[in-house]
Amino acid sequence: MSLLEAKNVSMFFGGLAAISDVSFEVKEGEILGLIGPNGAGKTTMFNVVNGFYKPTKGEVFFKDKKISGLKPHQICKMGIARTFQVVKPLQRMSVLDNVIASAFLRVKGRAQAEEIALETIKFTGLYDDREVISKGLPLGKRKKLEIARALATQPEMLLLDESFAGLNPHELDESIEIIKKIRARGITIMIIEHHMKVIMSISDRIVVLNYGEKIAEGTPQEIANNPFVVEAYLGEEKSA
Amino acid sequence: MKKYFPLIALALLSILPLIGLSTYMMHIVILVVMWSIIGMAWNLLGGYCGQVSFGHAAYFGVGAYTAGILYSKLGASPWWGVLLSIVVVTIFSFILGYVVLRLRGPFFALATLASGEVMRVTAENWVGFTGGTLGIMVHERTWVEKIWYYYIILLIAAVTYFLVKKLVESKLGYYFVAIREDQDAAESLGINTTLYKTIALCISGVLTGIAGAFYMNYMGYIDPHVVFALHDISIITIMIVMVGGVATYWGPFVGAVIMVFLAEWVRSIPGLGAAHQTLFGVLLIVIIIFLPNGIVGDYKKLKRLVGLGRTS
Repeated sequence: MSLLEAKNVSMFFGGLAAISDVSFEVKEGEILGLIGPNGAGKTTMFNVVNGFYKPTKGEVFFKDKKISGLKPHQICKMGIARTFQVVKPLQRMSVLDNVIASAFLRVKGRAQAEEIALETIKFTGLYDDREVISKGLPLGKRKKLEIARALATQPEMLLLDESFAGLNPHELDESIEIIKKIRARGITIMIIEHHMKVIMSISDRIVVLNYGEKIAEGTPQEIANNPFVVEAYLGEEKSA
Repeated sequence: MKKYFPLIALALLSILPLIGLSTYMMHIVILVVMWSIIGMAWNLLGGYCGQVSFGHAAYFGVGAYTAGILYSKLGASPWWGVLLSIVVVTIFSFILGYVVLRLRGPFFALATLASGEVMRVTAENWVGFTGGTLGIMVHERTWVEKIWYYYIILLIAAVTYFLVKKLVESKLGYYFVAIREDQDAAESLGINTTLYKTIALCISGVLTGIAGAFYMNYMGYIDPHVVFALHDISIITIMIVMVGGVATYWGPFVGAVIMVFLAEWVRSIPGLGAAHQTLFGVLLIVIIIFLPNGIVGDYKKLKRLVGLGRTS
């Protein structure tokens, strides 16, 4: 069953088509990779799903309800949480307070929110840093904080925007483990990633965007062998 | 011990008049308490929620004029205005918020600045309703002694303090700070930023309006230049919080003590006249450079700075 469905979505900025006529679906419980060269429209697609942009054409459905046109906070309440490629921690708040703030989405009391937040930061391996003001966190931990904050809203679906970029190999392994654990909890994941090894190893299916258009969709194996994808990434082979 | 500090402070403030302050000193103390309420109100919106208002005179003035017009038009005691101002300023804040809260950062600040000025000009020109620049005078004062005014404003201040503290430690407080730190992140975490900014503005406006209504009762006279003043109300409010400490519980109180006493002291120096505003400007620059979090927020840094001053 498809949890999220995008139907013929187009997003124009002035005359520029950032996304044109893209359709795809995310099945419940899967990890869907979204890849493509820089400027392909991946983050724009997230912004459409998450509600920051209202698509110029087309519609997005979540659990068969139309969500395109709703505000980001309404979409989050319905169960879609996201992280940002350029991390946006609540800088002058501690790590724990950051996560408490988002845990308040589903509970009223401070004690309950703190309980959810503590559980989430243990899960993402930030427990030792809980009192640190998030401004002072190194990038690897900020990326984890993004994930922790999104998880604390208790989503059914998680949009991860380059949560692995700029991590060292050790942090990378940790984050892959976290993603796998999140999926094991039954949360559906859509992930943008440039790190090919990661995306190929964790995705169930992959959608490829290029210049705002969907050029391929399939299992990692199919994508790796798709001539269009190879062309988009490596350039056309020219006969001399 | 720290937990009881607010109660101890309140107890000390309640017995303060018993030490036999002069009428003039009582007046100053009343102003300090009133300003700390306005500071706390501004701090909720500007300090915690990050929406820097340059137009808090609008709420102060609307509160004051609610009490004033209730008296001048209906002949009711302006004390009822303190209660009525809660309703009037809530509606006013809601409408104003609907307009200005669409804007972010410096645009919001400019819009609030304009709103204060718009209210002043309106009050000046709507002579039939507000009495224009002649203002409103209350002919019979409730009390001659200042002590009752002091206890009333102290009660309002105490309620404000505990209300703000309660709010800041609740879900609302977390949401306010989240909005301050990153509005887009807050929105994507499920926070209805428009709604919560409006709530912050309404609470902040109402508390300021109550102080305004009290001012009408206490001073017995208001006119548009006094209660809708840009520099004497809106800017001083910001200064009190900046000097005392942005987003701290005690900052507005510390700031109010310093600013009110400083203003009175400078005003008492012959030949200096309105130069207190120049001095405030310099003070603000010094604070922003050396103690950006104010005296309460940068208390440790302040101790270090003073300590260094001693040794050298």
